[in-house]
Amino acid sequence: MFENITSQLLFGQVLLGLINGSFYAMLSMGLAIIFGLMNVVNFAHGAQYMLGAFVAWLLLTFLGVPYWGALVIAPIAVALLGMLMERLLLRRLQNLDHLYGLLATYAVSLIVEGLIRQRYGSTGIPYDNPMPGGMNLGFMFLPYYRVWVVMFSLFTCIGTWLLIEHTKLGAYLRAANENPNIVEAFGINVPKMVTLTYGFGVGLAALSGVLAAPIYQVSPSMGSNVMIVVFAVVVIGGMGSIVGAMATGYMLGIVEGLTKVLYPEAASVVIFLFMIFALFMRPSGIFSGRSEGAR
Amino acid sequence: MNPRLIIIFVAAALAVAAPFFVYPVLLMTILCFVIFACSFNLLLGYTGLLCFGHAMFFGGAAYITGQILKTTSVSVEAAILCGALAAGLLGLVIGQLSIRRQGIQFAMITLAFSQLVYFVLLQMEFTGGENGMQGIPRNPLFGFIEVRDSFSFYYVILGLSAVAVFAFYRIVHSPFGEVLKAIRDNEARVESLGFDPERFKLLAFTLSATMAGLAGAMKATVFQFATLTDISWPVSGEVILMTLLGGLGTLTGPMFGAAIIILMNDHLAGFGEWALIAQGVILLVVIVFFRRGFVGEIGALVKYLARRGKRPASAPVTAKPAVEPNG
Repeated sequence: MFENITSQLLFGQVLLGLINGSFYAMLSMGLAIIFGLMNVVNFAHGAQYMLGAFVAWLLLTFLGVPYWGALVIAPIAVALLGMLMERLLLRRLQNLDHLYGLLATYAVSLIVEGLIRQRYGSTGIPYDNPMPGGMNLGFMFLPYYRVWVVMFSLFTCIGTWLLIEHTKLGAYLRAANENPNIVEAFGINVPKMVTLTYGFGVGLAALSGVLAAPIYQVSPSMGSNVMIVVFAVVVIGGMGSIVGAMATGYMLGIVEGLTKVLYPEAASVVIFLFMIFALFMRPSGIFSGRSEGAR
Repeated sequence: MNPRLIIIFVAAALAVAAPFFVYPVLLMTILCFVIFACSFNLLLGYTGLLCFGHAMFFGGAAYITGQILKTTSVSVEAAILCGALAAGLLGLVIGQLSIRRQGIQFAMITLAFSQLVYFVLLQMEFTGGENGMQGIPRNPLFGFIEVRDSFSFYYVILGLSAVAVFAFYRIVHSPFGEVLKAIRDNEARVESLGFDPERFKLLAFTLSATMAGLAGAMKATVFQFATLTDISWPVSGEVILMTLLGGLGTLTGPMFGAAIIILMNDHLAGFGEWALIAQGVILLVVIVFFRRGFVGEIGALVKYLARRGKRPASAPVTAKPAVEPNG
């Protein structure tokens, strides 16, 4: 009896860790892509994640658009907002010290979060599970929706990785990261590419938000809570490394889940402790092969 | 008499007379955040390090000072100093780790550290968790002067603030301060001159943490409670806003910035989230249009006007040879 409960608890938490890890992976990948091309740490990433969830909820409540529709519409809508923000705001700051990009996106996240909280209150709103039920594996109960989230985000992450590392579009992106002037000389519209890349990263954040809505409640603060953890993940994995962001995200999600079972008091800090450890061992990030980040 | 001395005397007279006209607690809040903003300015404005977790020193010191006052009979000013020193020690440890990465990553790491401190304090017994620490007493000053009422306590806070501002002024205008500015402008060059930038940065970080701790410790004695809000990241964001609004790297700018934001928060306190939204909007406007900040822009304007005033005298001299080249 006792053993049964612990295995339920253990695997349940590992699954939840894997789900959190999926969100960490998708969010930190978006951050890494945006940072790689624009040198902007997108602080608004958390707010955009939250907006994804909120748009999904608004679509369901006021227009009756079901989850599957929201999964497509909400990321596109939030990505369009993001592109608008890139054009109107971030473009003006691109030649300045990088910290202005961070602070400007921070200001945007304050405004977005504040407005949503002012309008809809700060309590969480439940979002109906589109895939109720699950299967009993004997050692644990496996809800269908969670399986879907893990599979779908893994698919998205691998797809994004292939897109950037193994297609011509990705090659342009990486080239523009190294030297935008030369890429422009080859007749590629770099500013447009920057806008689209930012939109893509923001869309990834919103997509994670929609995926998260049925698991967690939709609340204005859902983004800022996860945001800081994702920052730590990116620091551990190494800035600008897409594979690093992805792998570290999944790994730390599972570590966090395990900690919740083994030593619950440390669950909220374990990722930060990992960050300290990583700073000691590999000051430039676990997955960073380049030496320029070492200093 | 020196005009700067006159300004200082007028400011001092105003500060001494202020509690007769304005609610002392509001004035003390402003003073606490003035010191907090100065500490942040030392780091970002003068050293070029963006710490996105400065609230950990502010809030951490508040809890430590509160705990000392609650459990011992140590005098209030000693408890405040203990809080500041504890924050400085925390800054030494965290600075050691954080300065391993530069620029934007430094900001992310310090933010993560502040969240770590937040969760640790949340779980510790003595902090009271979500409820915060209530009923912090104001033990007698130097052990025998009663300062329980806000009016007399204002002068304690004013005195501490004056010392802190003077220390800040001395640090910034010392040879050490010059090296910090040089690191901000060109770190590689400083290194090539035989200085070790890491050591200077660590010292600046520690000093800044101590000063932020002083501000937080004062705040704990002013409100007589310490809460998790003081260590949460919105407070770290608030001090960034104060510093940028006033003028990064200007001596007095962040002090004005702190006063403006505190007064604004006070006015918008009854309007729910609008205080935070207003902060976001102001930050955005400052970043896009007035990066030199309030005091910085005024300084630039004064310089510009001074230059324009001189131009008519020199203009004909340079114009002459061009008009009649052949004599």
